[in-house]
Amino acid sequence: MSLTTFLQQCLTGISLGGAYALIAIGYTMVYGILRLINFAHGDIFMMAGYFMIFAMASMPWFIAVPFVLLVTTVLGVGIERVAYKPLRSAPRMSVMISAIGVSYLLQNLATYLFTALPMAYPEIPGLKKIFKIGGLSASFVTFFTPVLTIVLVYLLITLIHHTKMGMAMRAVSKDYETAALMGIDINRTISFTFAIGSLLAAIGSILYFTDRMTVFPFSGSLPGLKCFVAAVFGGIGSIPGAVVGGFVLGMGETALVAAGYSTFSDAFTFVVLIIILLVRPTGLFGEKTTNKV
Amino acid sequence: MNMKKIVALGMTAAMALNLAACGSSSSGSAASGAAASKSASGDKVIKIGVFEPTTGENGGGGFQEALGIRYANQTHKTVKIGDDEYTIELVEVDNKSDKTEAVNAANKLMGEKVSGVIGSYGSGVSIAAGQIFADAKVPAVGASCTNPQVTEGNDYYFRVCFLDPFQGTVMANYAMQNGYKTAAVLTQLGDDYSSGLGSFFKTAFTNLGGTIADEEQFQTNQTDFKAVLTNIKAANPDIIFAPSSITTAPLIIKQARELGITSLIAAGDTWENSTIIENAGDSAEGVVLSTFFDEAEPANDEAKSFIEGFKPYLKDNKQDEIIPAVSALGYDAYLALYNAIEAAQSTDGEKIKDALKDVKFDGVTGSISFDENGDAKKNMAFIKTIEKGQFKFLTTTTIDG
Repeated sequence: MSLTTFLQQCLTGISLGGAYALIAIGYTMVYGILRLINFAHGDIFMMAGYFMIFAMASMPWFIAVPFVLLVTTVLGVGIERVAYKPLRSAPRMSVMISAIGVSYLLQNLATYLFTALPMAYPEIPGLKKIFKIGGLSASFVTFFTPVLTIVLVYLLITLIHHTKMGMAMRAVSKDYETAALMGIDINRTISFTFAIGSLLAAIGSILYFTDRMTVFPFSGSLPGLKCFVAAVFGGIGSIPGAVVGGFVLGMGETALVAAGYSTFSDAFTFVVLIIILLVRPTGLFGEKTTNKV
Repeated sequence: MNMKKIVALGMTAAMALNLAACGSSSSGSAASGAAASKSASGDKVIKIGVFEPTTGENGGGGFQEALGIRYANQTHKTVKIGDDEYTIELVEVDNKSDKTEAVNAANKLMGEKVSGVIGSYGSGVSIAAGQIFADAKVPAVGASCTNPQVTEGNDYYFRVCFLDPFQGTVMANYAMQNGYKTAAVLTQLGDDYSSGLGSFFKTAFTNLGGTIADEEQFQTNQTDFKAVLTNIKAANPDIIFAPSSITTAPLIIKQARELGITSLIAAGDTWENSTIIENAGDSAEGVVLSTFFDEAEPANDEAKSFIEGFKPYLKDNKQDEIIPAVSALGYDAYLALYNAIEAAQSTDGEKIKDALKDVKFDGVTGSISFDENGDAKKNMAFIKTIEKGQFKFLTTTTIDG
């Protein structure tokens, strides 16, 4: 394999990893607070893709992007209100089943409303501009994704550690009932968590789909599963863990395909899951050593 | 309390939506069923199963094929058996592009006591369901399932399209004749159509003296092809042969061009679909594919009237007014069954099967009759290219044998 090919593959892996990391954060945050694996997260990501298609059809991109972020956030918070909040005192399993239900509802709703035909994802000016360095060729979004991911994660960690809301989130994740007794508005904190998770999913969706150009009702299911594995790998509940997990999966998958083992690229993700659960069930940055948010 | 009511309302709404979704998927059969009983009160009804995916990976293509079948049902609504006028009623099931669901869907059709089955788009699901049709002694006519295994060893499966070995040979010939000497083959794992066609192309191409520079595979529902494409780029082939579904096609085309790959990209019949041009945009320019049908070159009078009648029908169904080849094949598959029922003078599956063997008629994709395997005797394929956002007819290729 020539150096150019190697670098090109690395670039692909890092870019994919960045998008995975953004989605994985959504899983990990919700788990940290609610101990809930939000299976609908991947489908929120897919819906964000459709929102963008319709938004870009009628507005310029600089209005469409914030609009999509807003609508996706509302969708995420709305799902929490309707499907999870009424089950707050129910056993954890019930909430999880509710999450799976929401996931199927969104997938089938999308099939019903937008048909199973793949739809073209609009181009945001600039993001698709192709850069050539020597033999390397990649669009701007490929370079931009990992950078933006790191910036967002930095901002998020600052928010959790240095704001009042962040403090509330940490408290709720440590002990939900005591936090309530201390006067923390649990519902507001949880909604806020869902808002951030969905917002990041929307950003991830824009980056991911700009690179892959089509959206169809099931385009959220596989990335969703993989990002869930990424979150578990990094230690579910830990944000740096989710980011590391996302990058490891993205790069590992690309490396396998590059080496000619594409048959096993999906299997890789799940083998990683099994190994980490056997060897280190709490993940790389397991919750015993770090904050749960 | 109030909250509970809201939740209950929400759940009801969700369920209603679900029901609505179910309703729409079977609306085709419901509509035709209603029409049948209205026009033919007292008349007899013969049921034909439509076995197509309307959801899942091949949902888009399956829907287009089903449109051709529905249209055929409009133009050929009744059939005379003896002195009785039978109304043909379509029973549509969704096999969801999934081999397990395909078995369920096929069983459902058998439960409806259909006299014949049309479909499916996608060879894998057809192979999965073939045995069920054979066990129930119900003949099936495939429209666009091109893998040899669909009809092999199954007396009850027929098809109106050409086969993958033929299609692979056509594309290999085209490549060699036009000076493309090295090829990369990109196929989908576990997809009978894609891996089958890929390997037939490979065999034919090597036999003609070409070199296979690289072979790559990808997973179902994969959306990122950059890693495999980077490998292909390193191999620098003249032509990339990538038979795949219409969901993946635009992704492969766009990502290849983005990585700076300039090789010719070619594929088989599935790619003749306007959604590919729509989704891949400028990158799709120059793509070459083989197909069954060309609306600019009607093969006979049947084709002419089909083109005239089907375009408004597409418009009514809010589709692009470019006739997809699979719709034409769906129409032909229906005609094959129709002619066989008429010849058999019976609604019995066994008799219709025997009649199918001797059926000969002019379909919109050319003259159709079946060989001993149940495959249409076809030796001509259309080769098209994408130019200025349109499919443009390039040449026809005829291969003997």
